[in-house]
Amino acid sequence: MSEDMNNLIPSPEVHETDGRSAPTVLTARSVVYSYGNTPALRGVSMDLRRGEILAVTGPSGSGKSTLMLCLAGILAADAGDVTYDGRRISEEDEAQRSKLRRTDFGVLFQFGQLVPELTAAENVALPLLLGGTKRAAAITAATTWLDRFGVADLAGSRPPEMSGGQGQRVATARAMVTEPSVLFADEPTGALDALSGEQVMTQMVRVARDAGTSVVIITHDAKVAAYGDREIVVRDGMIEASRS
Amino acid sequence: MGLLAAGDHHGYDLKREHDERFAGARPLAFGQVYATLDRLKKKSWVAPVEVERVDGPDRTVFRLTPEGRAELDSWLSQIEEPAPHVSNPLAVKATIALLVGDREQAACYLSEQRAAHLERMRHYTRLKTEPETSLPEVLSADYALAHLDADLQWLDLALERITAFHAAVTGDRALSADTTINPSSSIPMTDNQK
Repeated sequence: MSEDMNNLIPSPEVHETDGRSAPTVLTARSVVYSYGNTPALRGVSMDLRRGEILAVTGPSGSGKSTLMLCLAGILAADAGDVTYDGRRISEEDEAQRSKLRRTDFGVLFQFGQLVPELTAAENVALPLLLGGTKRAAAITAATTWLDRFGVADLAGSRPPEMSGGQGQRVATARAMVTEPSVLFADEPTGALDALSGEQVMTQMVRVARDAGTSVVIITHDAKVAAYGDREIVVRDGMIEASRS
Repeated sequence: MGLLAAGDHHGYDLKREHDERFAGARPLAFGQVYATLDRLKKKSWVAPVEVERVDGPDRTVFRLTPEGRAELDSWLSQIEEPAPHVSNPLAVKATIALLVGDREQAACYLSEQRAAHLERMRHYTRLKTEPETSLPEVLSADYALAHLDADLQWLDLALERITAFHAAVTGDRALSADTTINPSSSIPMTDNQK
């Protein structure tokens, strides 16, 4: 791209809701985690601000997915602290962390992990049903969230009948249906073609900003990281850089 | 001629449509448009068909001739030579940084450059995902993003090579676990190259 072309484009503006001046919602301090004798995280410290879209990048095997699992309370750190909204979740037991994941966190994986026997609406309603919401209310809420992700017409379809992009949008709606404070997305477009991936990312970021949800995106793809307000680079189990 | 292939236009329309369709490119100067139309007319690739008289000055409407259409089709059938990009200032500067600096200094430069690239990518990503952005603007942003992404992939690869090379030279087994020395060049090979 020539300098002339760059000069034609206005300088990037700070998004008003990108969370750069918002309070911290999730912190990691000197987090260590090993798989057996193989260290995956070697003392990671980081902050996530409320409403912020944070991209966590790094090469394969760098520890970025393990960091997400520790932040989401799916793995318990071997050492160090993970604090969410003032709670030291790294010291809580699995039952407490599991409850937290149902109420305050949403998790989205690369392949969506929808239940193939259930319709899209039933898949999205699932977290609400597990939390005790009555079926009719859960299905109504699920339909609303499917609409926000542009896939309301798939409410009665089952995952095998959907394209990869459609399935991932349904999975994102399911991760957001409990209106979590933090959404974790691990390689959310890794299995999608470029255009489908773009649709998933655009809608995920738009909906999260509208809802005030913080998002942690784990990705090796710079085009996906560019949806974030800030990037941290994990290399060899440590944070290499953190920049906005 | 490509714009005229879609229908008759006068010079003002051509300038406006060019600037809309090729958002991000340097806007055409009116003088450049009329000079080009004059050259195309001399080659019989375009021809004036009428003069529009509205409120302002007279505007000559041009049409693409069959000869012009043949020339356009011929141009479209010629592939563009892929640019080697070896003289790209980014590649030159990164290479010099590796030659004159130590691993930490080079890594710092590459890391800073990565941050600058990603900030630019954020700008184009925001631009193309705004609902009011036109299709030509989206295509232009896609093109910019693809090239910035290619630069970033090269920067990341360069950083991995430096790390592997440094590990091999210093014997740092923790860093060199996935690399071996290529005996023909002394450049460490990644697993993918083996």
